[in-house]
Amino acid sequence: MVQREAQRDIVVRFEGVAFSYGDIPVLENVHFHIHRGEFIALVGPNGAGKSTVLKLILGLEKPNQGGIQILGKGPEEARERIGYIPQHADHDPSFPISVREVVRMGRLRGFQRFRPEDEEAVDRALAQVEVEDLAFRPFSALSGGQRRRVLVARALAAEPEILVMDEPTTNMDAESESRLYKTLGKLKGSTTILIVTHDTEFVSALTDRVLCVGKRAKDGKAHALVQHRTMRIAESPPELYGGQVAKVLHEEALPEDSCCIEVSSNVGGKL
Amino acid sequence: MRGFFSALLDPSLPFLRNALYAGILSSILFGVVGAVVTVKRIAGLAGSISHAVLGGIGLALFLSAHRIVPDVPPLAGALVFAILSAFIIGLVSLKAKQRVDTAINAIWAIGMSLGILFLAKTPGYTDLMSYLFGNILFISSQNLILLAILDVVVLFLAYRFYPQLEASAFDEEFAKVRGVPTEGLFLAILILTAMAVVLLQTFIGLVMVIAMLTLPPGTASHLARNLASLMVWGVVFSFLFSFGGLALSWIFDLPTGAVVVVLAGAVYLVAAGLKAIRPGGLVRR
Repeated sequence: MVQREAQRDIVVRFEGVAFSYGDIPVLENVHFHIHRGEFIALVGPNGAGKSTVLKLILGLEKPNQGGIQILGKGPEEARERIGYIPQHADHDPSFPISVREVVRMGRLRGFQRFRPEDEEAVDRALAQVEVEDLAFRPFSALSGGQRRRVLVARALAAEPEILVMDEPTTNMDAESESRLYKTLGKLKGSTTILIVTHDTEFVSALTDRVLCVGKRAKDGKAHALVQHRTMRIAESPPELYGGQVAKVLHEEALPEDSCCIEVSSNVGGKL
Repeated sequence: MRGFFSALLDPSLPFLRNALYAGILSSILFGVVGAVVTVKRIAGLAGSISHAVLGGIGLALFLSAHRIVPDVPPLAGALVFAILSAFIIGLVSLKAKQRVDTAINAIWAIGMSLGILFLAKTPGYTDLMSYLFGNILFISSQNLILLAILDVVVLFLAYRFYPQLEASAFDEEFAKVRGVPTEGLFLAILILTAMAVVLLQTFIGLVMVIAMLTLPPGTASHLARNLASLMVWGVVFSFLFSFGGLALSWIFDLPTGAVVVVLAGAVYLVAAGLKAIRPGGLVRR
């Protein structure tokens, strides 16, 4: 093994992070980092704390212990450079708003008003996710899968350096899911992608590394985080991740710095 | 109806023209603030604030009658109570993890009860019904000027901060990620709503303000495609209800506030019924 190029740009770094909701411990001693351009799957069972990790990255929650750096800054300073796709189970169907207006929200920056270049960015984002034809339809008139793709366009409208997605394929039809992974495939490499999924067994074959929340910490209450490698599955059903699927090898936990070390022989598929 | 129009032009009936001006000026607040109250789903909070305002009115009348603070206008007491209750309700909603509805109802009940207690100990006759249900005879030029000022402020803020308002109402968490101070915005909306409630109560009454902050936007929601058009249609409907209510109450000698609300409620129900018959809504989408 040899050290990879000395300092690959690290865009997300968690150092000994602990977090609890009141008296209920959720995360304990969480260490991990993500390099620029990586495609990371954050997996774990329901209630393990995956969404909490996202909220910590976005600065919506603050850790009780440890440090978090996003793009070399604190989460609150960096979050405008993050594209966020929430899980969004609670959409209000009576809210009057068009698809274009939803996507334009991605261009919001504090108290600033929209500028002409924001409209151009909205056009690009609509095209990237292939929802241009829906632009002037009411958001509430869309199917669940279409709505989810519009929220992806909203996140992309910000032209983010990091794209953070919380279970984006929940309730999504196979065609929408396939289109989403096609879009993500195009973004891979240029945008750092962190995708949360509760499917702990399989992830998209686009995935570089899997971070798994769910291993109990020493006191047996909060969860820690471990890394696993994946193995590409040759024949996958087309309705899952657009037909490009990898299996998570849970039996093997990788050291935190494994991504910074070159493996001399490629074992068990692409990491 | 001709009698109503000639009464509007009659120099000996200035209060009716004042009521019409108040209706026009109120419509802007009903439509714009009402649209925000509707999409933010804070009608319950606004209802609590509007009822708690009676405490402030009672306190002002009590202090004035006992010469503790001479000549303090009821409007000043109402404003203090409205802003205070908006602040408490806002903080409870943001910070408390549970029992928010209990706290909101407590503010509602305590505010009203304090108002009744202060009025009971205030010498002389006080027309409680006028405060609760509105009285167009009470609309002064000062009221109209204050309504006009608040209209301008609300229109400016709605225009200047429209993207932030829209985003925080549609998806508060996302708006926060995009750098919008959503909690501060929420408190500002509540305080502005509280100030609107105080100025609107002379036309429509404390008890019925909340109806006019919800029914016109509710009717408008069948036509609106976005928040801006919800505001515009809300203003249009509010004006039609206010004008129609004022005319009907004049013709049939009925309390204006109640007629306005019944008219707004009837149209809202008819629109909702039509929507139920035509599930696609009143507008082809």
